[in-house]
Amino acid sequence: MGSRASTLLRDEELEEIKKETGFSHSQITRLYSRFTSLDKGENGTLREDQVNFRGFMRTLAHFRPIEDNEKSKDVNGPEPLNSRSNKLHFAFRLYDLDKDEKISRDELLQVLRMMVGVNISDEQLGSIADRTIQEADQDGDSAISFTEFVKVLEKVDVEQKMSIRFLH
Amino acid sequence: MFLLLPFDSLIVNLLGISLTVLFTLLLVFIIVPAIFGVSFGIRKLYMKSLLKIFAWATLRMERGAKEKNHQLYKPYTNGIIAKDPTSLEEEIKEIRRSGSSKALDNTPEFELSDIFYFCRKGMETIMDDEVTKRFSAEELESWNLLSRTNYNFQYISLRLTVLWGLGVLIRYCFLLPLRIALAFTGISLLVVGTTVVGYLPNGRFKEFMSKHVHLMCYRICVRALTAIITYHDRPRNGGICVANHTSPIDVIILASDGYYAMVGQVHGGLMGVIQRAMVKACPHVWFERSEVKDRHLVAKRLTEHVQDKSKLPILIFPEGTCINNTSVMMFKKGSFEIGATVYPVAIKYDPQFGDAFWNSSKYGMVTYLLRMMTSWAIVCSVWYLPPMTREADEDAVQFANRVKSAIARQGGLVDLLWDGGLKREKVKDTFKEEQQKLYSKMIVGNHKDRSRS
Repeated sequence: MGSRASTLLRDEELEEIKKETGFSHSQITRLYSRFTSLDKGENGTLREDQVNFRGFMRTLAHFRPIEDNEKSKDVNGPEPLNSRSNKLHFAFRLYDLDKDEKISRDELLQVLRMMVGVNISDEQLGSIADRTIQEADQDGDSAISFTEFVKVLEKVDVEQKMSIRFLH
Repeated sequence: MFLLLPFDSLIVNLLGISLTVLFTLLLVFIIVPAIFGVSFGIRKLYMKSLLKIFAWATLRMERGAKEKNHQLYKPYTNGIIAKDPTSLEEEIKEIRRSGSSKALDNTPEFELSDIFYFCRKGMETIMDDEVTKRFSAEELESWNLLSRTNYNFQYISLRLTVLWGLGVLIRYCFLLPLRIALAFTGISLLVVGTTVVGYLPNGRFKEFMSKHVHLMCYRICVRALTAIITYHDRPRNGGICVANHTSPIDVIILASDGYYAMVGQVHGGLMGVIQRAMVKACPHVWFERSEVKDRHLVAKRLTEHVQDKSKLPILIFPEGTCINNTSVMMFKKGSFEIGATVYPVAIKYDPQFGDAFWNSSKYGMVTYLLRMMTSWAIVCSVWYLPPMTREADEDAVQFANRVKSAIARQGGLVDLLWDGGLKREKVKDTFKEEQQKLYSKMIVGNHKDRSRS
């Protein structure tokens, strides 16, 4: 009675996630618990974007602290999800709504609007967006590409600010 | 054919004898003590033996984990993440400080790096927040040999599986029928008893009988769930009794120790029959579905009831919905506006023996009761707190929060300001708007500085 075999995490899957994301055994189990409790429909995905557990873990993996990678340095493998570059790319994609690898003025305005609600007028917001693009844009296309984005943020402590302290 | 007959009657006789013996045992050990409110201590013994078995099971699982060189996953000793309690302003300033070589002035502006704060905070909350985890059953530190609490406990050896199988046999084939028989007895006695008492002329005798019929039936129901309750500090009750709400069983637990008038909505079906019978013996406060929405009507009837000294103290659960017993959520202020003395009660269940939380979005009432009756036992502690009254400079909301904190402190629960209604509804937009306002101030200041650029 009450068998939850369909929602238990299989060992093979756990190992795959471990390799791909770098989380430890107990961390993955813990996060799986959380995922299942958020998954009210019990269909293996979170609503809105239909994220399954692998996708969930992949997203979370971006927030692992970079120091944790020292233990498992795999020189020939793909770049770990939580490298500085990948963290920046994650943040870039938050702005780049249509996924065309450029942050246009419109996209920036939309994101800004989400962050400030009704408290700032359109003109003010527009001038903020213009100023930001002006400062970042180097190739003159009135949009921010990933390289320009990285340049603007080169001094920011990305490792610390885009990391969450996971407990083991 | 002639050879079969003696065997037939033998089997029938044996069956008859065993049933009579069972019934007598039932009567002597369970129902008679219930009537008089005494206890043989059988349940406490049962609880102690179960604890020993669970401890052994945990040891074996830890051994299994060590063999594989993994750590056993314990939900409370290891949290998922460590959060820093910094504010929006502080965090964003820090991010900007590390990124800019400009002088540190407080001119409001926007930086592309601001988004780091939001996405990190969002991720942290997705992984672990204070509210959503209150609406699902509390996680156990170690397995209690029920398959329903097995969320990925690993390293379960053969011995443990055998033990689990034995447990299933005992719970479903022995305990469940016993409990159902008791519940049936308890409920029918309640209905019949209160109806009979209803025919008595009003007076001291009727009150006496009513009280004892109620108490007796609730005590039988307590035994039907194998509930092992420890009461602490029992002062006299009166006025309004408020308690934290985990399940409908709370009512049975409190009412088996004290004589209360119930407050609630009129239901149909079996519940309705019980409600109508109960109200014949003594005045309970039942509301029609339509009346529940009218707050003034509710308040008026409650006030009338409370002010009538001849009537019983009422039992109210101000959270309005079932919470999973790890925290106490917002108390609705209605019951605190009436102006009577409030007697708070804290109820804390021990989830190891059986989880009493009713997740009404997942299970219906019947499924829930079946789950209750197939757990090991329901173990809880009840603390009666000293009475509280509203002070002159407090309003109802502050009074409600004060009572809530007292209950949370006593029961060892987390005191939350969030509304239990979040179980079914989304968060109000006002919370999001607050955050947006805070952030806007950081970008444009207070309309003083950068209004022109």
